Amino acid sequence: MMKSLLPQSQLRRSAAAASAARSSGGGAGSGGADGAGSDGGAGGRAPATSTFWFLLHALCCLVSLFLGFRFSRLLFFLLFSTTALYSSTSSSSSSAVLRATTTTTTTTTTTTTTTNTFTLSFQANPNPPPSNLSNHTALDAAGAAGHTQSHVVVGRHGIRIRPWPHPDPVEVMRAHRIMERVQEEQRRWYGVKEPRHVLVVTPTYSRAFQALHLTGLLHSLRNVPYPLTWIVVEAGGTTNATASLLARSDLTIVHIPFPDRMPHDWADRHATENRMRLHALRVIRERKMDGVIVFADDSNVHSLELFDEVQKVQWMGAVSVGILAHTGTADQPRLSEEDKQNMPLPVQGPACNSSGHLAGWHTFNSLPFAGKTATVVGEAAPVLPRGLEWAGFVLNSRILWKEAEGKPDWVKDLDAVGENGEEIENPLILLNDPSSVEPLGNCGKKILLWWLRVEARADSKFPQGWVIEPPLDIVVPAKRTPWPETTAELSAELVDSKQDQEGRRLSRTDRSSRSRSTTKRKEN
Amino acid sequence: MRRWVLAIAILAAAVCFFLGAQAQEVRQGHQTERISGSAGDVLEDDPVGRLKVYVYDLPSKYNKKLLKKDPRCLNHMFAAEIFMHRFLLSSAVRTFNPEEADWFYTPVYTTCDLTPSGLPLPFKSPRMMRSAIELIATNWPYWNRSEGADHFFVTPHDFGACFHYQEEKAIGRGILPLLQRATLVQTFGQKNHVCLKDGSITIPPYAPPQKMQAHLIPPDTPRSIFVYFRGLFYDTSNDPEGGYYARGARASVWENFKNNPLFDISTDHPPTYYEDMQRSVFCLCPLGWAPWSPRLVEAVVFGCIPVIIADDIVLPFADAIPWEEIGVFVAEEDVPKLDSILTSIPTDVILRKQRLLANPSMKQAMLFPQPAQAGDAFHQILNGLARKLPHGENVFLKPGERALNWTAGPVGDLKPW
Repeated sequence: MMKSLLPQSQLRRSAAAASAARSSGGGAGSGGADGAGSDGGAGGRAPATSTFWFLLHALCCLVSLFLGFRFSRLLFFLLFSTTALYSSTSSSSSSAVLRATTTTTTTTTTTTTTTNTFTLSFQANPNPPPSNLSNHTALDAAGAAGHTQSHVVVGRHGIRIRPWPHPDPVEVMRAHRIMERVQEEQRRWYGVKEPRHVLVVTPTYSRAFQALHLTGLLHSLRNVPYPLTWIVVEAGGTTNATASLLARSDLTIVHIPFPDRMPHDWADRHATENRMRLHALRVIRERKMDGVIVFADDSNVHSLELFDEVQKVQWMGAVSVGILAHTGTADQPRLSEEDKQNMPLPVQGPACNSSGHLAGWHTFNSLPFAGKTATVVGEAAPVLPRGLEWAGFVLNSRILWKEAEGKPDWVKDLDAVGENGEEIENPLILLNDPSSVEPLGNCGKKILLWWLRVEARADSKFPQGWVIEPPLDIVVPAKRTPWPETTAELSAELVDSKQDQEGRRLSRTDRSSRSRSTTKRKEN
Repeated sequence: MRRWVLAIAILAAAVCFFLGAQAQEVRQGHQTERISGSAGDVLEDDPVGRLKVYVYDLPSKYNKKLLKKDPRCLNHMFAAEIFMHRFLLSSAVRTFNPEEADWFYTPVYTTCDLTPSGLPLPFKSPRMMRSAIELIATNWPYWNRSEGADHFFVTPHDFGACFHYQEEKAIGRGILPLLQRATLVQTFGQKNHVCLKDGSITIPPYAPPQKMQAHLIPPDTPRSIFVYFRGLFYDTSNDPEGGYYARGARASVWENFKNNPLFDISTDHPPTYYEDMQRSVFCLCPLGWAPWSPRLVEAVVFGCIPVIIADDIVLPFADAIPWEEIGVFVAEEDVPKLDSILTSIPTDVILRKQRLLANPSMKQAMLFPQPAQAGDAFHQILNGLARKLPHGENVFLKPGERALNWTAGPVGDLKPW
């Protein structure tokens, strides 16, 4: 409505001014604008109606006197509600009856809410609203229906502003619960019908960045809205540091030791991780765990949509994996313009034909990186995937079971795989016919996780179990401490006042920038 | 004591009867719900075979030429009059034999007169309408037979056939006297209002269906906005002192809830307007200058529960759509309590409203798609007309009887168009 009216301003301005003038004259004492206005609206018929109301009131009083208040109320209710049904079909002659109905509602204000609602719903609609409407909404509807009998006044209305503008915290909480419930219902209607268990397989080992990576993954997994078991395989046996990290997640965890230590060479690490994943699959098979297996490496970054998508998988699915190969290492050679042009999207995943079936694979082109990749963990060079990553595959765990209902015949037995120590590159080896893989994530068009390998230098130190023990020395003193600093070690730092002043000039408040500059100085 | 028992028995019987009658049934699939007897069934009626409509062949200056002069008429919210004409021309209910027609339709585009900024002006409408009626009354015998009682007109302007956008002026004018006996198909609906006469069919305003379709987002996108509204709160140019526009209700919404985190309300129209409605639980549909606005259509189409703040509003196809059950009605004086009212609706009721809104027939009835589809607003108009059949005795005048006063109304309206 307003859209149409808005730019007519020029046209209307004169009219508005006129109406303003008139209202300022006429509506001088319009504090109770509503009442005054409605009287005016009733116009010449006013005396007739007032007599009618008076007579009706007298009649009601008499009836209640004779029958007793409670019964007369019922009588009125039954009498007028039925006439109202008829009156809505016939025309103007019945307006008197309609008015009478209004009176019943006003005289029966002391009735219970249910009766009140009932009367009004009769008038509003031949098919009354369902009984499961609560009293409150019914009352609202009733309020609206009750208003229908009154004539809305044309003219100026007050702008109602409540004295205390702030929302009631209880109501805010209620609103949030409503939204939560609505969203839950949305998931029920449109989301996955019967959520399947998610089995997350993660190979890990104790190292500098383990806590960093595992914590990130842990928080992703905590947000998965499906039942989930996290199968963590730790190379070199389970450690307390890892266990305590996992324990804080509140997830169901299966922490499995793997006898071999993690090698420092990337190629060997890759092979070891594959064997660790296979180990996890054997555990799943032994325990007959039922669900969808997701290979979540600790350093990968997962979209939550991935966990919705994997619910769709029937036997084996594949998703697109984005590869974060261009880590900004300082001594990484700059790519030539030509290389940049030829560089395909760094994505690994399934490719579909027009009918949505698997047609082939997008693989990551590692040619531009030839000879520039890291061989040892912690080396300052890009780390690339070898072949198709496990992280891009999703399995129904029943594919591993010895016997499962409807298990397709194009699946190999797990025992026949990797027994002779041959390297398992990816789960496709489990299949006789890789063309049965189901592409997920809008036919692989959506990237549902990012593959990233970042490790600290092999010789870097890291605190065990997130605890700094023994406490570190103070490297940079707090500059504005109220007490004098007289410690011997600190004086050496303070001598370097030139640097300090410079730092202070750069940023008086930003302590982190100053401390960074100090660390750099130390390294030099 | 016996009186009491009797009374209670009667009451109980009545309650049982009504609960039984509206025994609501049952989800269709998982998501939608329909109510037997009212919404679902009536909305799915097929009007074909139940009525025949004769479309008067008027000179193109009453319709096509106007449109040619200003094609923008196809896009504003009163465009229903043009699309209804096009729909009827190719509809199965159209008859070329006026003798067998139940209804007569006069294709006259009274709102297709736009300002340079694209807004419809109603000033010529009365004269145009009068001229068209004079034409059909002289060229065909059917108008004089009933003086319009078996004719229907689409008058989608702000205040329908009162032909003025200012309420006070519109009330002063009243419905065009020549249309006294005709059936009006109009967007305006307010009870006890001179611009809404008995028997009118209230229709939704036109909202571009393709555009809305293009902005659909997946239905599982979580609804994370509690209350959503975009539009004016004050119309300072037309209502500088405030309190006239929207009877103060919109201003009240703003003043009370502008800082409330549950209320996503503002005056600017973002490009994601349609998407945001699909991410909201409640969408405010307050009155503006007139009680209705396209928000009503948008809310229903986008599955956002409409919060209707317009006392005495008559909603589109109210005889077929259970508005009490899909929407929330808040009295204008209760706007300061809006947050309490909305948060105290039980969740089950909210979920039921959403299930009803998810019913595709409800959405379909709000739209004027091109080409027409079964159950859309065109079909609902025809259903409404079909439900008025057969015509009552008072429709046809006795020989020599005259009901219309051809010289009534403002002098300006009597000038030739």
